Amino acid sequence: MPLRTTPFHPRTAPLNQAQDWRRWSGFLVASAYELTHEREYWAIRSAAALLDVSPLYKYRVIGPDAGRLLDRVVTRNVAKCSVGQVMYTPWCDDDGKVMDDGTVARLGDDVYRMTAAEPNLRWLHQHSRRLNVEVADESDAVAALAVQGPNARAVVSMASEQDLADLRFFRVTHATIAGVAVTISRTGYTGDLGYEIWIPQEGARQVWDALVRVGKPWGLTPAGMLALDMARIEAGLILIDVDYVPARRAIIELRKSSPFELNLAWTVKLDKSGFVGRPALLAERDRRPTWQLRGLAIEWESLEEVYAEFRLPPQVPTAAWRVSRPVYAMGGQVGYATSGCWSPLLKKYITLAHLEAPYAAAGTELMVEVTAEHRRRKARAQVVDLPFFYPDRKRA
Amino acid sequence: MSASTYDAIVIGGGHNGLVNAAYLARAGKRVLVLERRHVVGGAAVTEEVHPGFKYSVCSYVVSLLRPEIIRDLDLSRHGLEILPLESTMTPMPNGDYLARWADRDQTRRELYRHSPRDADAYDDFGSLMYQLAFAVKPILEMIPPDPTSVSVRDLRALFRLGRHFQSLGAQRFHELHKLMTMSAADYLAEWFETDVLKATLSASGIIGTFLGPRSPGTAYVLLHHYMGELDGVFRAWGFAKGGTGAVSEAIAASAQSFGAEVRLESTVQEVTVRDGRAVGVVLQNGDEYAAKLVVSALDPRRTFLGLLDRSHLPEDLLTDIERFRIRGSSGKVNLALDALPDFTCLPGTGPHHRGAISISPSIDYLERAYDDAKYGAFSRRPYVDMIMPSMIDPSMAPPGKHVMSCFVQYAPFALNGGWSPERREAFGDAVIDAIAEYAPNLKDIILHRQVVTPADMEMEFGLTEGNIFHGELALNQLFFLRPTAEWARYTTPIAGYYQCGSGTHPGGGITGQPGRLAALKILGKLK
Repeated sequence: MPLRTTPFHPRTAPLNQAQDWRRWSGFLVASAYELTHEREYWAIRSAAALLDVSPLYKYRVIGPDAGRLLDRVVTRNVAKCSVGQVMYTPWCDDDGKVMDDGTVARLGDDVYRMTAAEPNLRWLHQHSRRLNVEVADESDAVAALAVQGPNARAVVSMASEQDLADLRFFRVTHATIAGVAVTISRTGYTGDLGYEIWIPQEGARQVWDALVRVGKPWGLTPAGMLALDMARIEAGLILIDVDYVPARRAIIELRKSSPFELNLAWTVKLDKSGFVGRPALLAERDRRPTWQLRGLAIEWESLEEVYAEFRLPPQVPTAAWRVSRPVYAMGGQVGYATSGCWSPLLKKYITLAHLEAPYAAAGTELMVEVTAEHRRRKARAQVVDLPFFYPDRKRA
Repeated sequence: MSASTYDAIVIGGGHNGLVNAAYLARAGKRVLVLERRHVVGGAAVTEEVHPGFKYSVCSYVVSLLRPEIIRDLDLSRHGLEILPLESTMTPMPNGDYLARWADRDQTRRELYRHSPRDADAYDDFGSLMYQLAFAVKPILEMIPPDPTSVSVRDLRALFRLGRHFQSLGAQRFHELHKLMTMSAADYLAEWFETDVLKATLSASGIIGTFLGPRSPGTAYVLLHHYMGELDGVFRAWGFAKGGTGAVSEAIAASAQSFGAEVRLESTVQEVTVRDGRAVGVVLQNGDEYAAKLVVSALDPRRTFLGLLDRSHLPEDLLTDIERFRIRGSSGKVNLALDALPDFTCLPGTGPHHRGAISISPSIDYLERAYDDAKYGAFSRRPYVDMIMPSMIDPSMAPPGKHVMSCFVQYAPFALNGGWSPERREAFGDAVIDAIAEYAPNLKDIILHRQVVTPADMEMEFGLTEGNIFHGELALNQLFFLRPTAEWARYTTPIAGYYQCGSGTHPGGGITGQPGRLAALKILGKLK
């Protein structure tokens, strides 16, 4: 088969009732397992969902200079990353424009795992000159599952026969599931309580089976990308190629974004010396970024008015959309929304939007283009600080 | 002397001559195209050389045909269909292969097999080439300005060009400069570590030139081949349904729909010049045609030295044209096959048969092929780029049978001892041997073989020295220097005599752009 399947495919394929697959980094992954994705979405928010996230790129960075290499590349301060800690971070090109975002997990004194949405092997090699470090692509060797939702702790604790109450948010630990040595990180892409399990690919199926077995009474439900997409929008988590164009693929400057413009200022540690893009980022901080990524919540009453013109009730999307929609202020266009969905949990129509800085303050009244009965209309929307959804259990 | 006078006579019914005639006719001019052969198209022809099997005798793929020409001349309505040619497969001596497919993920996975780092680099390389091709695109679309001129028109064009290059940003400008000056092998070595990948990519840098992958200047020709990816034409290289001749026929049909006349088997002997002005042509058979202006779609040698009495031209120009490098370096082998070639590296029938297959296993292999040619021999082990048109368009061969089109380099025009029927067949044998190393059944399935040497290209298709681009695509022969500094804007020292062949800007390949820009110049449409 020209496209690859993940190590879980023998388990996921029979579950995929409509054989509804999508592509992710050259792999087939399920859009949804059931005929509608609604139950899978609710599993994330009210019980526990099991997601195959194996297509992520994973790099093992080993050696006395492993931390220095990562510090050179990413914007977070890896020197401060203690063993057992995970950091979310973007990384930039020389002009301070975001190339990718992912996590750096410190698995040992000189051992890190970096996850990425895009291939980064060459980029890491290019920056490892004169450093005593080895970078190995373990994307294929390591399979990954995400267990996300309020019952995730119970499920993963039982499966690993280890109480995970002590594993704090963005921490990682070694464990054994069904006799397979794995690492478990308290991370995820849903904004909920959740864990990601990193599994040697030869043990992948045993771990899947063990989780499914112990997860049953906890409502553990295999979930596909459609459910994940809604959850990550609620969580205000950006998606490469959807919410931003990675710098190396942007054919014009206008398409590139700095971390400041993507609401990631908190990840840029300008006080650490010499990392890729630092001079440009310093200058941008002083100059103030011209764009900001924010949440936009579309007002229900306004949506009702738009549809009332056609004697229709408001129609909201059943799945997340990924097309660019213009955002207006009174004077004209001031930005664009890049993804959005109806949040069944929040009962709100929410979007992620790039806004010109003067219009990015929370509470600002703007308008988003909506199409009703083939006609373009504008619905009122309010700027909201991200995330839309932030339950206590996420970090508790 | 014919009773009527044409507005324009176009000499040569190749694709550029036809494009030129079509644009002139579209503007309401009365146009006559005179073609020497029994068929239009020049080197862009399809011929049934063996019964039931159609060969694209010379040019065999389409990518660079300018989209504005397709639109302006409504070529789709006149029958042009370009079918996708999706992959390139390069067999390797160790029994492995390297393939590049239409799909990005599939290509990445394949490259990753050879080198994980090259898999990363390939995406970045493709993206940079796209950006640079976009950057030089305006050059392809303009009549070259004269950089030494102080005329308002030239200065304005130069200023626009300068501004454009400034807008690229330093990094892209520097990359462009490297491409202009480096060899394909050196440039690719900055990106990739896999030899076979570098080799098969560098092949795009040597096609049609008398240069090897290690010769400076070949990096630019690489970029030339990325131009076709622009303008939303995502399938970079395609195959014209019915063979390359179908492109010419569509253009001819368009020209005729606008009222142009096309006369076949009409060899022009000479351009008639009266008081320093072209007023018509004389055919070999003595027929004469009068016209207000004459356009030559032939190469610069023929345009200036072949069709005119030397006394009409300044001595400097004669020298420049004699020096213009037009050395042919390539040949063609067209095969009628009883079955598909079976490649040891990918046994059986597969998607690779629908794409290009390239015999370019290493940079050294290509450079050695060039070494032979440098000293006047054809390559003992040549570079071959082949496609099987019948896999893309079944009408090219009888059901179940196939045709295979093999572009070969190097075959120097100036072969030691000259080309002869025996040498031609020996060259054909070398090509078959080179392919059979990777597809051993080839020799058993050949029903008919046509070998086209540079000497044949000159004799049969009127390409001086068999050069497929009407003159090498070297930096000193491009843009405002093509074919000479003084006459790079489609005009000549003879009033009313114009040039519109591949020997003018922007050069060779089926772009149609020289024909179009010359027509626009003639029509005074461009400043």
